[in-house]
Amino acid sequence: MDKVLEVENLSKVYGPGCASCFELTGPDFDTNICPNCGSVVAAHNVSFELFKGEILGIMGESGSGKSTAVKCLNFDQAPSSGRAIFYDDDKQHDLFNLNSAQQRRLANHRFGMVYQNPNLGLNFDISAGGNIAERLLMSGVKNYTGIRCRAKDLLSRTEVLTERMDELPKNFSGGMQQRVQIAKALATNPPLLFLDEVTTGLDLSVQAAILDLIMEIQQDMNTAMIVVTHDLGVIRLLAGRTLVMKYGRVIESGLTDQILEDPQHAYTQRLVASAL
Amino acid sequence: MSESYPFGFLDEYAKKEVRRSALKAVAIPGYQVPYSSREMPMGRGFGTGGLQLTLSLLGKGETLKVIDQGSDDSVNAVNLRSFIEMTCAGINTTTKTDEADFIQSRHRIPEKALREDQLIVLQVPYPDPLVIVEPSEDKRKMLHGEGDYSRLLVKLYEDIVKFDEITISHRYPTRINGHYVIDPSPIPRWDVPRLHQSPALILLGAGREKKIYAVPPYTDAEPLAFDDVPFRTEDFIDESGQRRSCKRCACTTSFLDEFVDSNTGEKVYQCSDADWCDEYVSTAPQACEVING
Repeated sequence: MDKVLEVENLSKVYGPGCASCFELTGPDFDTNICPNCGSVVAAHNVSFELFKGEILGIMGESGSGKSTAVKCLNFDQAPSSGRAIFYDDDKQHDLFNLNSAQQRRLANHRFGMVYQNPNLGLNFDISAGGNIAERLLMSGVKNYTGIRCRAKDLLSRTEVLTERMDELPKNFSGGMQQRVQIAKALATNPPLLFLDEVTTGLDLSVQAAILDLIMEIQQDMNTAMIVVTHDLGVIRLLAGRTLVMKYGRVIESGLTDQILEDPQHAYTQRLVASAL
Repeated sequence: MSESYPFGFLDEYAKKEVRRSALKAVAIPGYQVPYSSREMPMGRGFGTGGLQLTLSLLGKGETLKVIDQGSDDSVNAVNLRSFIEMTCAGINTTTKTDEADFIQSRHRIPEKALREDQLIVLQVPYPDPLVIVEPSEDKRKMLHGEGDYSRLLVKLYEDIVKFDEITISHRYPTRINGHYVIDPSPIPRWDVPRLHQSPALILLGAGREKKIYAVPPYTDAEPLAFDDVPFRTEDFIDESGQRRSCKRCACTTSFLDEFVDSNTGEKVYQCSDADWCDEYVSTAPQACEVING
């Protein structure tokens, strides 16, 4: 299988940081705030691999560092330390050693990000089609008709009525905004997609439709995805492999079925038990 | 006044700074060079940026032309000209584009093609084209640095979606030398192609926003557009498909101003460039329909 992403020892500390930050935080200490210097250890030593067409789930409670990890990979935040290699066809990109222009270029061309809050992913002052156009224009497409066709395509693919493509996304329902956001993320056919709590806050039928859409995209386009969620249902449905995070550490990782059926860590056991 | 103030009103250090900024602007085509922008005896926003450039660069014996919207006689042009005459002893002024070494202009580039030995200074109210899409100057600088103008193109996209054409009438974002996009000051679209490969040096000064930038001679200036929706200038075609002509000189190749005749209530068109119109009237008197003498 082709590797898409390799992450090694990714760490992110908010605050000044000190020598004992990592030793005094984590699930064993039941905190991610360093008692010595007050820094927040949002993520520490997160390592994983992701392969083509695979969906990796990152599960954990609020504040466990799952979103932070993904935001670092999408260059929304700079990690404190760690390494990530993105394999793009024949090329390898050492993500955190690129300059900001290269990072932005990569994020625009090769990554897609869907946020929990459509406010973050969409520009509400321009039309749904314009939002998709923005991403295409960022990647260097300069043909108006081409952009229109592609936007129409993507919106019908994500089941947004194409008649509404010239409307402002603020007139849309939450589910539709999320679909537009997914369409925007898919605009450049990225080989890697980050989904950060995409179904949280949507009603159940809309959730189901969005999850269907994500699975379809994975099947059709063989896109590798990282799905961040605290919803066990989403993990069970989408993810082949799963990481469980707590207080910034990965406490358990493996095949999703294994983790859900036979959780090893006490926290995972509690999590699974509480959901069932 | 010429005795109590140094030549060019500004002190030597201020002039030196403006010159250095202008040199830097020429060296990095389209880059907005920050400068201190001294206090002038007129309100910021009334052409202080262009004025400071003119006062710093103009030398004795040179001939200056000042225009405002193409006219040598409007208030802004007249006042700036008399201020420069008052503070720069030994310069000449003219209204003829041909005779001028140095042209300061608000919102127009003369119709007549400029030469290598001429220089034009444009007064700029808003130097940064990205200001409409990004409020933070920090982020704008990053976008400029990376040459990322996709958000301006989104603006054009939205325009075409809503109105079937790009509706920017002036301040059309223009890419200089393949990298920086500038706001070419409120010149009409008509004048934008004149920036491209211009033999004359074009300097742009924003006094209130404290920026100087330049389109050096023979530099590419490319208005932003889509491959299949090209940039176009005003065509001045009337309902019957005829190109409108100037009421005064009958010219059909110039940029026209529209105004309402106060006697008849009719819409009247006349060359915006007064010098061009005068010359056309004198060379083609047979076509002349002089209004108001």
